[in-house]
Amino acid sequence: LTCSSGRTVTACIYSLAFPLQLLSRQICVSSAAWRKNLAAAGPEKFSEEYIKKQVEEFNIGKRHLANIMGEDPETFTQEDIDRSIAYLFPSGLFEKRARPVMKHPDLLFPKQTAVQWGEDGRPFHYMFYTGKQAYYSLMHDTFGKVLALEKYQDSMRNKGLFTKDTRQMSLTGSRWLLKEELEELLVENISDHDYTRFLQLMERLLSMPYCAMEEEFVQRFRRQLEVQSSKQEIPAVQHDENGVAFSQAEGRRKTAKASIKLRDCGTGSITINGKSYLLYFPVLQDREQLMFPLHFVDMLGRFNVEASVEGGGHCAQAGALRLAVSRALLSFVSAGEMESMRQAGLLTPDPRVKERKKPGQAGARKKFTWKKR
Amino acid sequence: MAARVLMKAIHSLRSPGVVGAALSCNGHTFSSAAAAARPAAPSVDAGVNEKILNVPLTQPDYFRLSELFTVKDLFEARVHLGHKKGCRHRLMEPYLFGSRLDVDIIDLEQTADHLQRALNFTAHVAYRGGIVLFVSRRRQFAHLVERTAQECGEYAHTRYWQGGLLTNAPVQYGPGVRLPDLIVFLSTLNNVFQTHVGIRDAAKMNIPTVGIVDSNCNPSLVTYPVPGNDDTPVAMELYCRLLKMTINRAKDKRKRMELLKGI
Repeated sequence: LTCSSGRTVTACIYSLAFPLQLLSRQICVSSAAWRKNLAAAGPEKFSEEYIKKQVEEFNIGKRHLANIMGEDPETFTQEDIDRSIAYLFPSGLFEKRARPVMKHPDLLFPKQTAVQWGEDGRPFHYMFYTGKQAYYSLMHDTFGKVLALEKYQDSMRNKGLFTKDTRQMSLTGSRWLLKEELEELLVENISDHDYTRFLQLMERLLSMPYCAMEEEFVQRFRRQLEVQSSKQEIPAVQHDENGVAFSQAEGRRKTAKASIKLRDCGTGSITINGKSYLLYFPVLQDREQLMFPLHFVDMLGRFNVEASVEGGGHCAQAGALRLAVSRALLSFVSAGEMESMRQAGLLTPDPRVKERKKPGQAGARKKFTWKKR
Repeated sequence: MAARVLMKAIHSLRSPGVVGAALSCNGHTFSSAAAAARPAAPSVDAGVNEKILNVPLTQPDYFRLSELFTVKDLFEARVHLGHKKGCRHRLMEPYLFGSRLDVDIIDLEQTADHLQRALNFTAHVAYRGGIVLFVSRRRQFAHLVERTAQECGEYAHTRYWQGGLLTNAPVQYGPGVRLPDLIVFLSTLNNVFQTHVGIRDAAKMNIPTVGIVDSNCNPSLVTYPVPGNDDTPVAMELYCRLLKMTINRAKDKRKRMELLKGI
């Protein structure tokens, strides 16, 4: 008797007619049972020689690529590599991570901890048996610094030179490391509790008077905040051949895109896509939207507007034009008026877009008819 | 040459005669990859090796540790001060000298004797290249204990004790990990005043323990209990200093023996 998918061992004791089926048990060992349980193995481990070999191959391959592209192998940077790969292997795949990539192995292979003990079995780190050696040794060093600062404070007090007004570190514009960043730094997993404890200890270090002595140690665990420019960008005032001042600006609303040129002429004419605004916007509401920024700063008859707009419906186009006109006006208006325009909501782009339709519903919010039974 | 002998000696920590093969004692297996690369005469080295390991066992106080402390030093470090009568553990009664104003006084003569034995054992373990793990769950002295371990070149664990540390070591750390050969408890209680789990685990894994037992601790299961105070900073500094000096002495002696016999 043989199974279709593998070996069979038939444990059959008696060869009787009917009870044969009951007594003989087929122990079918299929090939599925021989295959390793891949999920239980965990993430793949790469040995040091393997990664070294990969680095050598990468460097040789980089030089080959430079020769293929006809460029100098010595000054071939990572951007050149990316450009060359995109040229030689064009890919239309949407997932960026599925496209062909050639990067240094240190960036591709995840960082792993090497074997922690020597030939004689003695671990290298004195806190190996705690399990989280990097984190606990960091806590130990930080606490050691706290104690050292306290001792220094006491010695200054004994000499009578203790002052509270010492040089303070500048901590503005920087933030503490995130938990993920700390894990990456230590190459170890830590819990939320550990992370909180670490931050508490650092805050305690910073609360001491002479903490400026440990500045470089603390700065290792701080990251600069990204500078967020929340200032309005005022478009520059340009002058055309006749000496007339004008400014250009763009605005968007839903799918409509508008770009305008605001001329400081004297007439109050508005042209959109070559047509007069009365013809382009027959609805009063749209014309009101167009007038609002000029009416707000009382410069209705002063400017000429030449606009081009595409996309969206009539309301979206009107909204896009309104935003573009407000932005262009910034270059002709004082700072106080700019602030009042901002508070009126003229300078804020409207973030509302069409909500997507969900499966199992008729529309974005509309559900199918609910039936009780 | 001296380094080679050192490696061989460390590999055959438990059984001095066997050299080079994969040894398996107490469930720890350590195979010496370096042994395969050493073709030099094993018989001569084995004899020298045996002598290095057996000479300290001939005398009772080979490392002269009785010079390190006296009963007066223990008294000045307030080692004799125990807890109040209400905290007394029943099994600590043989070690107590008496009680004064409800405070238990530990018998320093017994302490000196026990401490001498404990330090002697630690010295022998360090001499044979064993791993010593310092354990203490007192937050006050965690930094001191860790610093002591760093200065000796040994290991410390003054943090949260994960359950499978000793009993589930190959799974937690990786196969082929070497467990400590001696665990020194500078305080046998944990933060909730219960016996530290490490004592029970070490007994399960056949690892000898040295423990400073105060009058509220349970001295059973500790191989070399040392009745003494574990709450005062002076006493803890004394213990740390003594342990550091014994381990350093033993290691220096070992290096000197290797250089002498190696010639």
